[in-house]
Amino acid sequence: MSAASASEGDLSTSGLHLFDRELIFVTGKGGVGKTTVAAGLARVAARSGRRTLICEMDAKGDLGPAVIDPAGDGVSGAGSERIALGFTPTEVAPNLWAMAMNTEDSLREYLRLFLRIPLVGRIGSLASTFDFVASAAPGVKEILAVGKLCHEVRQGNYDLVIVDAEASGHIVAQIGAPIVIRELVALGPIRDQTAWMSEILTDPRRTAVIAVTTPEEMAVIETVELAQRLRSQAGVDLSMVVANRVLPALFDRRRLDLLDRIGPLIPIDSEWGRIVASASSADRRRRVGAGHLDDLRSRLVESSFGDVETLNLPEIRFDLAGPTVVCAVSSALAGELDVEF
Amino acid sequence: MLSSEPVQQRTGTSPRTEYLWSGAKVLMVAGPGGVGKTSMAAALGLAAAISDETKVLVLTVDPARRLADALGIDLPGQQVTRITDEVAAAAGVELRGELWAGMLDVRAGWDELIGRHAPTPEIAERILAHPLYANLTRRFVHSHDYLAMERLHEVTASGEYDLVILDTPPSRNALDLLDAPQRMQEFFGSRLIRWLTVPARSRVANLVSQPFQAVADRLLGAGFLSDITEFFGLFQTLEEGFVRHAVEVEAQMAAPETRFVVVATAEVAPVHEARYLIDELARRKLHLGGVLANRMTSSHAPGEVVGGPKSRWEAGRIEGSEDVAALAERLVASLGTTGDPPEVDVMRSMLAQLHSRAAEIAELSAQQERLIAELEVGVPSVLRCPILDRDVQDLSDLASLAGYLIGETATAGSSDGPISPSES
Repeated sequence: MSAASASEGDLSTSGLHLFDRELIFVTGKGGVGKTTVAAGLARVAARSGRRTLICEMDAKGDLGPAVIDPAGDGVSGAGSERIALGFTPTEVAPNLWAMAMNTEDSLREYLRLFLRIPLVGRIGSLASTFDFVASAAPGVKEILAVGKLCHEVRQGNYDLVIVDAEASGHIVAQIGAPIVIRELVALGPIRDQTAWMSEILTDPRRTAVIAVTTPEEMAVIETVELAQRLRSQAGVDLSMVVANRVLPALFDRRRLDLLDRIGPLIPIDSEWGRIVASASSADRRRRVGAGHLDDLRSRLVESSFGDVETLNLPEIRFDLAGPTVVCAVSSALAGELDVEF
Repeated sequence: MLSSEPVQQRTGTSPRTEYLWSGAKVLMVAGPGGVGKTSMAAALGLAAAISDETKVLVLTVDPARRLADALGIDLPGQQVTRITDEVAAAAGVELRGELWAGMLDVRAGWDELIGRHAPTPEIAERILAHPLYANLTRRFVHSHDYLAMERLHEVTASGEYDLVILDTPPSRNALDLLDAPQRMQEFFGSRLIRWLTVPARSRVANLVSQPFQAVADRLLGAGFLSDITEFFGLFQTLEEGFVRHAVEVEAQMAAPETRFVVVATAEVAPVHEARYLIDELARRKLHLGGVLANRMTSSHAPGEVVGGPKSRWEAGRIEGSEDVAALAERLVASLGTTGDPPEVDVMRSMLAQLHSRAAEIAELSAQQERLIAELEVGVPSVLRCPILDRDVQDLSDLASLAGYLIGETATAGSSDGPISPSES
């Protein structure tokens, strides 16, 4: 049900499949289902034979239960307590590795790899030193996080790095961190590192940014703002929108007309009255939501983003969590992306 | 199955609970992202102004544009505006009290704060013009949180309002807000600030600083370090004002007149987050005013009347719970008298579809109740607000929500309550 194809948007990415990229950021407003979509994409990519790394950025601990599925039955991780992912990637399924970002570990790795500082003092002193640096210097935490991701891309240990990114507010600071560092820091090794990172991040054939949204006004507004800020502050264009929790149409046009006609004939306080009322009400909600998604599409076009490719994911039962939902989302995503699953 | 709707049972004629806002001076509306906190904060304000002779201020962060328009708070800077009785009357509500609303503007708020706490106007100007300033306030983690607390302190200290309702900023963790004053104090007391603000000569000699210097110099270069040092040197002069306020704000949070209202929706993640928040409030000995379960599904939510006004269906009523076949025939016959009747088969299959959909909705509603039960442990009451079939975008939509909060909503099946459902 892809509403649009990428080909009309950015010519340089025409014909390019999402999974042909090396780095995919999945972001969106809080509560729209970023983690589920990121985990779903990672599973689909891994199943299609791509060596995939998924990285949780916000240390919330939601990604572990979403990707770790020890029995492979799609259920086992669901009820379990938070499964902690570490900075070192863990293989959670065939072809699928998962990690959690930790900027302190990233700093440690960076110092070791690039500055040849083995380990500054003991761990305790590094931690407090790091706090100093990170809170004093805007952009440093971000560059360490995004730098680790770019590093993994450059090393080529994986075919695809998928990022369960932070909410829309923070992602611009992360992807734009190389630019900020260049503006603020005149000299020094960190500045020198920004060039190759920018090359990866601003190449739409290598890096994709996906905004997850829901058919709600605020989520749609935030998606448009995100697209604008990404372009102006980070020099990156939104690659794709995933509309999550899209309500399915219950009836075709003819039956909806019929529903309207019988409404007046049935007393509202009868059982059938309530049945008709809730169906009409659900359909009104669906139409309001669909209106918001139309609005999103036209606003992105108005802001000259072109016809951004949009995937629709159906509303999935809200009482489910973890791998069960991820499984459902995965198969929906696989269908939308035209990948075997 | 369809007659036992959880939401409906709780919307009888008697008030569901003592008002959330009775005896409160501050309501902190908190909860996970995406659950409708802003609408709920506004609805709580409206509900309080409808039910009591009280002067209420609702402070919101980043409301949806149409909601901002409806409240008239799309104002520059930090202004507040009154929702007049005329505007309220046009939306079908009568206010006993006064309703004021304002929006939190982060940038303007920070500028104001610097101006207030800086020892001299010159220092304020130098901070505002410093290249790191914009970057820091924009990116300073939790800068929204701190600002919200400051603003709250300012309006409550003014004594102008009987009740202030704060729609908390979207944070990853609602508790960030509570930690904001403490963090500000720690920030000023930190070794970083101390170290950065001692003169450069003694800094070199300072042993504590060595690891920092080693890393910072090699990572960032010396030029950037001196920029930072200059900026924090200026910022340090704000300490007294900031810390004094932070201490006062903390005391205010713990006062019994400050109540937290936790909003959630009946989904796994929001319920877990809300539960954690409720427990954490108890652990910190803060006062929980109530829990709101928003967007509850019910097989039939009162106030959502199909087909608009009652009069449309009063003629030619068809009674009761007939089976699908019988009802289909009667409906087809009935439609035949006014126009082109559909085929009985089509009608029958549509009714069957409707019926199974209704069963799904009832099941959904039961599942939501099971989730919400997690929030009820140790909590006096969880108020349910039904999902509306439209966005909350104007005062009459807010009035619908306020109606549920007041507990005066129409009983099931009647639209005679204070709420007039609007057609979308």
